[in-house]
Amino acid sequence: MPLLRRRKGSSEPEKNSTQQIHKEIDNRDDEDEKEKESKKKKLVERKKWSCVDSCCWFIGLICSIWWFLLFLYNAMPASFPQYVTEAITGPLPDPPGVKLQKEGLMAKHPVVFVPGIVTGGLELWEGHSCADGLFRKRLWGGTFGEVYKRPLCWVEHMSLDNETGLDPSGIRVRPVTGLVAADYFAPGYFVWAVLIANLARIGYEEKTMYMAAYDWRISFQNTEVRDQTLSRIKSNIELMVTSNGGKKVVVIPHSMGVLYFLHFMKWVEAPAPMGGGGGSDWCAKHIKAVMNIGGPFLGVPKAVSGLFSAEAKDVAVARAIAPGVLDKDLFRLQTLQHVMRMTRTWDSTMSMIPKGGDTIWGGLDWSPEEGYECNLKKQKSNSSQIADHNGTVDVEYKTKNAHYGRIISFGKDVADAHSSEIERTDFRGAFKGNNLGNATCDDVWTEYHDMGIAGIKAVADYKVYTAGSLSDLLHFVAPKMMKRGDAHFSHGIAENLDDPEYNHYKYWSNPLETKLPNAPDMEIFSMYGVGIPTERAYVYKLTPTAECHIPFQIDTHAESGNEGSCLKGGVYTVDGDETVPVLSAGFMCAKGWRGKTRFNPSGIQTYIREYDHAPPSNLLEGRGTQSGAHVDIMGNFALIEDIIRVAAGATGEELGGDQVHSGIFEWSEKIKLRL
Amino acid sequence: MASILRFRKLCYVEPAVKCSSLSIKSFDHTPKNTKKDESFVPPPPPPPVAVTPLEVLSDKKKRRRKEPKEWRCLDWCCWMIGYLCTTWWLLLVVFNSLPGFQVPESPGTKLKREGLTALHPVVLVPGIVTGGLELWEGRPCAEGLFRKRLWGGSFTEIFKRPLCWLEHMSLDNETGLDPPGIRVRAVPGLVAADYFAPGYFVWAVLIENLARIGYEGKNLHMTAYDWRLSFQNTEVRDQALSRLKSKIELMFVSNGYKKVVVVPHSMGVLYFLHFLKWVEAPAPMGGGAGPGWCAKHIKAIMNIGPAFLGVPKTVSSLFSAEAKDIAFARAMAPGVLDSEILGLQTLEHIMRVTRTWDSIMSLIPKGGETIWGNTDWSPEEGYDCDPTKKKYLQASSTDRSQSTNETDGKLGFRVEDPVRYGRIISFGKETSQVPSSELPAFDSKEFSRGRTQQKSNSSCGDVWTEYDEMSRESIRAIAENKAYTARTLTDLLHFVAPKMMRRTEAHFSHGIADNLDDPKYSHYKYWSNPLETKLPDAPDMEIYCLYGVGIPTERSYVYRLSPSDRCKSIPFRIDSSADGSDGGCLRSGVYFVDGDETVPVLSAGFMCAKGWRGKNRFNPSGSPTYIREYKHKAPALLEGRGLESGAHVDIMGNVALIEDVMRVAAGATGTEVGGDRIYSDILRMSERINLRL
Repeated sequence: MPLLRRRKGSSEPEKNSTQQIHKEIDNRDDEDEKEKESKKKKLVERKKWSCVDSCCWFIGLICSIWWFLLFLYNAMPASFPQYVTEAITGPLPDPPGVKLQKEGLMAKHPVVFVPGIVTGGLELWEGHSCADGLFRKRLWGGTFGEVYKRPLCWVEHMSLDNETGLDPSGIRVRPVTGLVAADYFAPGYFVWAVLIANLARIGYEEKTMYMAAYDWRISFQNTEVRDQTLSRIKSNIELMVTSNGGKKVVVIPHSMGVLYFLHFMKWVEAPAPMGGGGGSDWCAKHIKAVMNIGGPFLGVPKAVSGLFSAEAKDVAVARAIAPGVLDKDLFRLQTLQHVMRMTRTWDSTMSMIPKGGDTIWGGLDWSPEEGYECNLKKQKSNSSQIADHNGTVDVEYKTKNAHYGRIISFGKDVADAHSSEIERTDFRGAFKGNNLGNATCDDVWTEYHDMGIAGIKAVADYKVYTAGSLSDLLHFVAPKMMKRGDAHFSHGIAENLDDPEYNHYKYWSNPLETKLPNAPDMEIFSMYGVGIPTERAYVYKLTPTAECHIPFQIDTHAESGNEGSCLKGGVYTVDGDETVPVLSAGFMCAKGWRGKTRFNPSGIQTYIREYDHAPPSNLLEGRGTQSGAHVDIMGNFALIEDIIRVAAGATGEELGGDQVHSGIFEWSEKIKLRL
Repeated sequence: MASILRFRKLCYVEPAVKCSSLSIKSFDHTPKNTKKDESFVPPPPPPPVAVTPLEVLSDKKKRRRKEPKEWRCLDWCCWMIGYLCTTWWLLLVVFNSLPGFQVPESPGTKLKREGLTALHPVVLVPGIVTGGLELWEGRPCAEGLFRKRLWGGSFTEIFKRPLCWLEHMSLDNETGLDPPGIRVRAVPGLVAADYFAPGYFVWAVLIENLARIGYEGKNLHMTAYDWRLSFQNTEVRDQALSRLKSKIELMFVSNGYKKVVVVPHSMGVLYFLHFLKWVEAPAPMGGGAGPGWCAKHIKAIMNIGPAFLGVPKTVSSLFSAEAKDIAFARAMAPGVLDSEILGLQTLEHIMRVTRTWDSIMSLIPKGGETIWGNTDWSPEEGYDCDPTKKKYLQASSTDRSQSTNETDGKLGFRVEDPVRYGRIISFGKETSQVPSSELPAFDSKEFSRGRTQQKSNSSCGDVWTEYDEMSRESIRAIAENKAYTARTLTDLLHFVAPKMMRRTEAHFSHGIADNLDDPKYSHYKYWSNPLETKLPDAPDMEIYCLYGVGIPTERSYVYRLSPSDRCKSIPFRIDSSADGSDGGCLRSGVYFVDGDETVPVLSAGFMCAKGWRGKNRFNPSGSPTYIREYKHKAPALLEGRGLESGAHVDIMGNVALIEDVMRVAAGATGTEVGGDRIYSDILRMSERINLRL
C-alpha cells in the first residue's frame, strides 16, 4: 500500500511540473473527443467479453472447483468416513466377520447364495435395433440408466413372451453370473455384498462361494429348459463339495430364492427327463444346511396386488423406478400399464401368490393372525421388551379385529362387515364385454382391455376375495398369465403326497405339496425380520375412469379412525419384514416341517431365527446393522453372525435353537393343517 | 508484506502483460509498462517533455476505470478451462449425435446371414497379464479395496499407493504362492478378460461376434485363473483346473453332448496344454478323468498367438526388467519406467515383483539350441528385415507359392553376414556378429557365485533384487562370457536369479525329451512343454495355430553393463545404441524377426507346422494341425486398433481370425475353413530345425 501511495505522490508533482494549464484548457475539447473514442473502444471490448465469456468463466470455475473437490475426495484416506462416524457415534462394534475371525472361526463349508426376485442383474445378449450398443450391459440392476434414456425399448426388452413365458423373438436377456450378479443391486445399495465381505474375513473366496444366479423373470423349470441353470447349480455344488474335501455346502437363499431352491431340491433328485437325476440321496450327500432368509414359503399378499393392479408400492421394483412417477399418469405415458404388462409376462411372480388357500390365510371370518396389535406405541414397546409380547394382548382392540382373511375387499365397509352381511354375486361365469381397447387408447396392452365393463363390474360385485378365491379372480382378470402360471406353479395343499401327480414339477416350489428330501442330517433355518408392518390385505375400489386405465386401484382413503388400527391407506398390515408376513416366512419351520410330518418324512431339523427390526439410529449408519427389513436384513449383524457360525461348522442347536419375537407359534397353532 | 506484493505482482501485472497480447488491444502498452515500472521500481526519472498532459490525463482516467474490472489471472484460468470444457462437451455431443461412421459389417452379422448358429460350446482361455485380479484379503494399507480390481480396469491404485500395490501383487519368493495375509484372486466370468482396461478390448470383440450367432453365458465360458501362479499351483490353491474340467463337462452335457471348442490366447495356450495332460493323468497329481477325456470332450483347440516354444522377450524382462512393450509396461507408462525419477527405483520394484511370478518362467524359450539356434546357426537366418521388401511381400501375399519363390530369389542375393539370432543375449554389438570361433568358450562352471556378504548397506533403498547378492566380479564374469544361446540361457538365469529358478525347476522344464515314454515325464512340470509331452489320444481333435505375422518381433538382444555402480540398480541394460545398417534387423540393441510383435513365428508356428504334423512321437494319435496366419495391416486413423491387425493382442479384433473361430465353433472342420494359410517362412524355418520326430 505505501508503495502505491508513493507512486501517486511522485507522479503528482511531476505532472504539475510538466503541464501548462492554459494548454490544457485549449485542448479540452480535443481530449473529450479522444476520451469518447477510447470509451467506445472499451465498450466494444466489454461487449466482446460479456456473455459468452462469463459463461465460460462460470463453467470453468465450477469445473475447477469440482476437480479440486474430486481430487480432495480421492486423496482422502479410505478410513476417513469411518473415523467421522466413530467420532460422532462412538466406536462401532466390530463387523461379525472380524469378531468371529478373532474367535478363531475358519472357512469350512462352501457357501451357495440364491438371490431372490428383482435383486439379480440381467444383461442383454441380443436385442432389437433400439438397444444398439447395450450388448452385455446391464438392463436390470446397476444404474438403470436405460430406463430413463429409452423407456419403451427397455420395457420391450425386459418383457417376456406372453404365451410361452420365454424370450420374445430376437431378444435374449440373460442373468449376470458370478458374485457380481447380486452383490449390489444398484451402486451403493447392497444386497449380498456385506455378507460376502464378512465371509471373506474368515477365509472365504471365489472358490468357496457361489452365487446361483438365475433369470428371476421366468418360471423355475424354464430356467433349466432355457439356460440349464439348475444343472449348473448342481454341477457347481458337486464341484465345490469335491474340491473342498467333501464338506457339504451351506445354502443361503433369499426371498424368492427360497422357493427356487425348494424347487431345486426336488428337481435334483427327480429322475432324468424332468429332473436332474441326482438320485434320492443327493441332498443328504451335498447339503449341510439351508438358511432361508425372508422366505415367502407360503406366498406374499403383495404379489396379488402387484399382479392385480400393478401397485407394488414398495417392492424393489417400484423403489428402483421412483414410485412417485408411477402413481401419476404424467404426460399420459401410462407408466403403470406398461409396468403391469411387463410384470405379467414374468412367470416367477406367480410363485409368490399366497398358497394353501383359506386353510393357511384365513377365511371370511377368521385368520391366524387375528388379535395382532398394530398400535405404533405398542410396537415401540415391543421392540424394547420383546419377552412379554405374547402375554399382553389388549382386550380393547380385540373387538376391532381386522379380517385378514379377506385379502381383497371392495370398499372399506365390506372389509369390516360381518360375513353374513355381505352380498356377493358370483363372477366366475360372468360375461365379458366387448373389447374396451379402441383406437383412442394408447397402444399399451393389458388384459383388462379384453374384459369389458361387464367383467369389471362382476369382479367388483363379488366384494370379498379370500386366498381360496384369489386364483379364480386372477384367472378371470388375466387368463393368459394364469394359463402359463398353472403350467408351472400350484398353490393348493396336497391331500396325499404319494399321489403320482405330485411328481410334476409344478408342485415342486410349493412346500404344501412336496415332501422334503430324505436327508435327516440336513438343517433348515428360517431367518426373517419382524417388527415392521407388512401388507396383508387390501381395500380396493373401481377406478373412476375405466377406459384405457387399470380399472382397479387400492382405495388409499380407506383409513380406520382408530389410531391403533391396522388399516392404513387401504392396506391392512401385520407383523413381518415389510414384504413377507411372519406367517408365510415362519409357518413351515414352526409347524409344517417341525418334527417328522408328512411334509418332512425324514425329520429334518428346523429352526426359526427372528431378528427384531431396529431402524438405523442415524444417517451415517446407512441401512442399519440391526434392520429387519426384507432386503436390509442382509446387513443385519446378528443374522450374518449366525450364517458365519453355521458356515464354519456350527449346528442349529449351537446357535441357540429358535429365536422368536413374534406370535408365530401361536398363529401356527390356529392353522388346522393335517400333518 | 513482501509475499503479498509478490502475489499481487502475479495476479495483477503479469496477466495484464500476457493477456494484452491476446485481446485487450485497446490499451497501448506504454502506459502499462510505465505503470509497472512505477509500482515496483523506485520512481523513474522525470519523463521527457514529450509526454503531453493529455496523455497523462487519459492515462490516469484509464487507470481508474480499468483497475476494478481487470481480468485477473484466476479469471483467465477459469475462462480457459470453461472454454475448453464447453468445446469438449460440444464436440462430444456432436460426436454422439452423428450417425456412426460407416462401420464395416462385423463377421458375426455376416455369418449369421449365412445361417450359422451356435453349435459347439466355446471355452476362452486368456493369457498372461490380460486377466483381471481382485483383492480378497489384504494388509491395512489396502483398506477399502475388497473385491476391487488390483490388476486390469483403471489401475488407479498404482498411482494412489504404488508400494502397497506392489506388495499385494507380489507372491512369496520361496513358495510362489500367496504371501501371508494377502489373498489376490482371479476375477471370474467373462468380465475377467473382455477388456483389459476401459476401452482396451481383449476378448470383447470375439464375444460380441459369437453372441450374434447365438452364444451366451451357458455355452461360452471364460477360464479365469491366476496368471501369476505356476499352472499346477492354480489347481493347488484355487482348484482352477478342476473347475475348468467340471465346466467343460457341464457344457458338454447341457448343450446336447456337443464337444467344446477351446480358444486359448498367448500363455493360455500353454495353460491349456497343461490342462490336457492334467485332466487325463491319474488322480493325486492329475484330474483322474482317464484317457479318452479329451477325445470325448474337445472338438478343436484354436490357439491364438501361441507361445508354444517360449518368447525371447521373457528373457530380457527377467534379466533386466526391460519388457519394453508387453501390455504390462504399456499399462504403467514406459517413460516413467526407464527414467528413475525421484529415486523411486521403479524398474527394480517391478523386477522384484515379476520375478515372484512363476508363470513367466513358462515363457522362457524351450528346446534349447535345437530350436532356437546356437552361436552360429539359427532357423530364421536369412530373414529379411527390409521394410520395402516386406511391402512387396504383402502385396503378393495372395499367391503364396509365388511369394516363396520370391523369397528364394532373395536368398540368393544376400550378401551380408546372416544375423546370428541364436545368440539370444550377447554383450556388445561385435559379440553378436563375430564368428563363433572368436567367442570365449562357454563354461558353466565359471559361474561360481562369488557372493559377498551383504553388500547392501543401510544407505541403499529397501528394494530387494537378487542382484544385490551378487558381487561385482561375478557380474563382470557374466559379461565376459559374451554370448548366450537358448541352452546357456538357463544357466545364466540360474546364476542371476537362483531363488526364482529353484521355484521354476519344480514347475517347468524347457528341454526336449529323448524318450517320451520315460516315466519321469508323467511329472506335471513337463506338461506345459510341447517338446516333452505327447498330445492326448484324440485323433479327431483339431489343433490350430492362429497368429499374426508381418511385425518385427524381438528375438535376441545386445546387452551392456550399466555404467552406474550404485547399489541396488540392475547391472545390465539393453544397449540401445547398437544399431544395424539401414535394412538390418538390429535396432536399438534388439534383433528382430517376423512375428506378432511378441511371439516370433518360430515359436507360434513350429509345433503346428512340423512338431505335431502327421503322426509322430509328440502327436501319437495324429491329431490334425492347421496353421492360419494373419498378415498385419496397420489400422487406419479412425479404426482404433484395426480390423486386420496381426499384433499379439490386437489380433483378437482381426475380422478374419474371428470369422475362422466362429466357423469352427459353428461346426466347420479345419479343411472347410481353408486348411493352412501361410505368409511367413515358417515351413522353411521348420525344415531347418533338426528335431527327431
